[in-house]
Amino acid sequence: MLDRLLSHEPKPGILGWLLTTDHKRIALLYFWSIITAFILGGIFALLIRLELFFPGKTIVDPDLYNRIFTLHGVIMVFMVIVPAIPAILGNYLIPLMIGARDVAFPKLNLLSYYIYLLGAIIILSSVLFGAVDTGWTFYTPYSIKTGGGVLIALFGVFVIGFSSILTGLNFIVTIHRLRAPGLSWGKLPLFIWASYATSLMNVIATPVIGITLLMLILEKLFGVGFFDPTKGGDPIMFQHFFWFYSHPVVYIMILPAMGIISEIIAVHSRKKIFGYWAMAAAIFGIAFIGFIVWAHHMFTSGMSDVARWIFSFLTFFVAVPTGVKMFNWVATLYKGSIRLTTPMLYAISFLFLFSIGGLTGLWLATISTDVYLHDTYFVVAHFHYVMVGGAITALFGGLFHWFPKITGRMYSEFWGRLSAIFVFIGFNLTFFPQFLLGMQGMPRRYWDYLPEFTLLNQISTIGAFSIALGALISLITLFVYWKKGEKVGDNPWKGATLEWQTSSPPPYYNFKEIPHVEHGPYDFEIFRKKEKEQV
Amino acid sequence: METKIHEEHVEVSHKDDFGAKLGMWLFLATELLLFAGLFTAYFVFRGIYLPFFHEGQKELQPIIGLVNSIVLFIGGLTAVLSISAVRKDKKSHLLLFLTITILTGIVFLFIKAYEYGLKFEHGLFFNMEHFKNLPNGEKIFFSLYFVMTGIHALHVLIGIILFLFILFFAIRNSYNSKNFIQVEIAGLYWCLVDLIWMYLFPLLYLVK
Ligand SMILES: [Cu+2]
Repeated sequence: MLDRLLSHEPKPGILGWLLTTDHKRIALLYFWSIITAFILGGIFALLIRLELFFPGKTIVDPDLYNRIFTLHGVIMVFMVIVPAIPAILGNYLIPLMIGARDVAFPKLNLLSYYIYLLGAIIILSSVLFGAVDTGWTFYTPYSIKTGGGVLIALFGVFVIGFSSILTGLNFIVTIHRLRAPGLSWGKLPLFIWASYATSLMNVIATPVIGITLLMLILEKLFGVGFFDPTKGGDPIMFQHFFWFYSHPVVYIMILPAMGIISEIIAVHSRKKIFGYWAMAAAIFGIAFIGFIVWAHHMFTSGMSDVARWIFSFLTFFVAVPTGVKMFNWVATLYKGSIRLTTPMLYAISFLFLFSIGGLTGLWLATISTDVYLHDTYFVVAHFHYVMVGGAITALFGGLFHWFPKITGRMYSEFWGRLSAIFVFIGFNLTFFPQFLLGMQGMPRRYWDYLPEFTLLNQISTIGAFSIALGALISLITLFVYWKKGEKVGDNPWKGATLEWQTSSPPPYYNFKEIPHVEHGPYDFEIFRKKEKEQV
Repeated sequence: METKIHEEHVEVSHKDDFGAKLGMWLFLATELLLFAGLFTAYFVFRGIYLPFFHEGQKELQPIIGLVNSIVLFIGGLTAVLSISAVRKDKKSHLLLFLTITILTGIVFLFIKAYEYGLKFEHGLFFNMEHFKNLPNGEKIFFSLYFVMTGIHALHVLIGIILFLFILFFAIRNSYNSKNFIQVEIAGLYWCLVDLIWMYLFPLLYLVK
């Protein structure tokens, strides 16, 4: 019965889209939903920055301000950055890159989308049920005491988690079972490696946040006291549980971004990735270390010195595989024929921003400096350098890079580059001053600040609008050239990975005949030779 | 995106029983991790409130837990037997074993409900008068008891629904010795439900 409704072949009309099991169409459904959430979260970000333009009240009251920054965080983390790259580009590209006709479980894939949509709607509807003003971390005991909207928001995040889990297991099985003949593990594009590690992390970490949120929901519903000290519970335990998920989740957000950057840098500098196996191993190194460092968020929460010392020590190890990746990207660029296309500009700004974000992470991993910087704007700046400068920058780079694949058309290089420049400059204007504000002692999440912080806050707000302008330009460019762009054939970048070896946009079955893979993902030399022979 | 409607038809769907099982194992792993959160909470609080846990345990009847364990294991056994029945194309056996599994699930839930009823009578549920007067350690113990067994019971319920679907399709001859992956996957799920109970029962009722 269900099979008759669902269709993998393209059917016309809105129902054709809503009942599709084609991974490419599902990816585009995610695209529209996530972009909508991104715009919403962005508007909240601008409201935060507007309020902070002057000390004291600028546009909203403190209560409303608390709700705005909470919604900004919840939307951006759970509805945008966590799902964005896997659900949009992962869905679109994984089957294409491994030479498959779809993911392993296409119906489950569509179900995951609807679970995402349901969760997102629940989260957004929470504003109707009272104030959600806890911040995205939902720390107890405040989250238990405050309004009923938190209950709804928690439930929404809980639901959306299942979407991540199911997408993750779908991708793992897909990558294991549906690789084209000849596509051994050593020939996989790094984006596939990154997606695989991300999926694994999703499968391992998301259930833990699921049960944590469930315990918190029960706490609000029935008065269970696991996290409530008046009932014998322990609020610190909530923090441990929360960060056991939420530290790995920053790698869930950043690993697929690193995958994209590897693809872009290789293709747009026509160079084989330097140290392929080191790059793949580093992905798993980061994923593994990511699971044993969570308590570095709790150096000031009340832990034994030994525990703090161990978690600080372990956290430093994250820098090792991350450093391997940074240096290998730079080594790949060395003597490459670099084309400063829009995706490449985004990739280069990733390298800059992520370096700053990563290195300031070490300041926060050091206990003595963290005690000073904890809960200041320094943390906000660090986090945004990694998440926005890293994940979102890579997402935009990826969207431009695969735009000709998805649409068969080329965007305008002028507008694309302009957007990248606006985002890069705006980003640094917004968040670099926040490092300074944090070091001067401005606490995060405050509605008000001392008059001496005014100038830096105003620079930050101006920067935020520059990012918004850049993002707007890039989105408009993508939309306009989706219909109006010049047709550029199947493989305008001359990429060597499998997704470029079929027509653009690909037919619903991706490959008429499943290709046989003989060369690695970045063997541009062999690929060029083969092309010549064919001519 | 404009999509060209192609004349030719290329089959996209594929059958991969191994892949389906791999997916199910991954899903079971997520279920285990979900419960792992609760078990962690159990051990942390047990470390803090050990004497109170012993007090709380006195309110539980191990005999009811034992009966329920036996009921659940019979269900697990028949769930496995239903897989070997479908492998040998023995439809009558398949239907019988599936039905028994469903019945054991229902019996389990009834016994559980009876047990919850006893706790309610004693006022041991959240926010009841008696519960509020308990020392914190016992509060936590009963909270753990209700949350852990409650979430487990929810899994039993989902298992029953799953097996009802399987039974429905089995009656309609959807399965045979070549095509029984859904029976196998449902069986795996039931085994997980069994496995979790195997830890819950001793930890809550028995361990001193
Ligand atoms: Cu962290």
